[in-house]
Amino acid sequence: MIEFISQPWPWYVSGTVIALIMALLLFFGKSFGFSSNLRVICAACGAGKKVKFFDYDWRSQTWNLLFLVGAIIGGFIASEFLSTGEAVQISQATIQDLRQLGISAPEALQPKEIFSLDSLFTVKGFLILLLGGFMIGFGSRYAGGCTSGHAISGLSNLQLPSLIAVIGFFIGGMITTFVLLPLIF
Amino acid sequence: MKGIKFILAGILFGIVMSKSEAISWFRIQEMFRFQSFHMYGIIGTAVVLGVIITYVIKKYKLRDYEGNPIVFTPKEKSVSRYLIGGIIFGLGWALTGACPGPLFVNLGHGFWAILLTILGAIVGTFTYGVVKDRLPH
Repeated sequence: MIEFISQPWPWYVSGTVIALIMALLLFFGKSFGFSSNLRVICAACGAGKKVKFFDYDWRSQTWNLLFLVGAIIGGFIASEFLSTGEAVQISQATIQDLRQLGISAPEALQPKEIFSLDSLFTVKGFLILLLGGFMIGFGSRYAGGCTSGHAISGLSNLQLPSLIAVIGFFIGGMITTFVLLPLIF
Repeated sequence: MKGIKFILAGILFGIVMSKSEAISWFRIQEMFRFQSFHMYGIIGTAVVLGVIITYVIKKYKLRDYEGNPIVFTPKEKSVSRYLIGGIIFGLGWALTGACPGPLFVNLGHGFWAILLTILGAIVGTFTYGVVKDRLPH
């Protein structure tokens, strides 16, 4: 059983489990949206004293922080107990495109060119991780949600704003992929 | 103890994001290059089932475990905030290969460098709160 679930999961199993998580949270009286946690963290750190946007009842969102803690634990369990340690099986076309950028084929889950501590301590590596994070935080709050809030919860509720946001996600993602990455690497 | 179910749901989320490889920078690159069906299959399956789940909940006016009605808040109407905010988000998503959930799942995997991205995301959220009223919404 453990061996079985340690294989990478097919897309239809993964998608089904994600929908199940959304349903579970609805049944718990909440809604699935991960990036709200970033606002909660700002508010919990006292940002509400200075900035009105963070002056709200963040304690009512404690459940979402618990979900966040669970996500970290889940990642730990997956890497410690449910992993075969094999490289991500991405398509040959992607491997070749990335090789042209100077990023080697997958040896694990993440590219060492970005996530190793060695690259973290280069100017380029430092800025990629920091500015990338900044845009994720700024953009998700500006758009009022991220992949879970818009692409999953919002589209499931047939919300046009969520479709616009998801289109935006892809425009931004393609600009990075086809314009920024070749400039950076 | 009421909170434990949210931790368990989070653990399931962390595992599925890991085992689907959706937390991998490589998978996100493959998606934005349209070179594999994998990520589209994941999101597509979740959305199709999500639409059915949402429809059933509304149609049969299902209630949550405490007996309260399950309500869906419609998003405010706008184009600019979703498009501009979405583009900025997408820029960061493709750069780091992680959206907010996977940032933390990756932390569980011991990719410590991602702490810098998490810090960036918190600062980005804070900055949005500061300049919010000066942005088109």
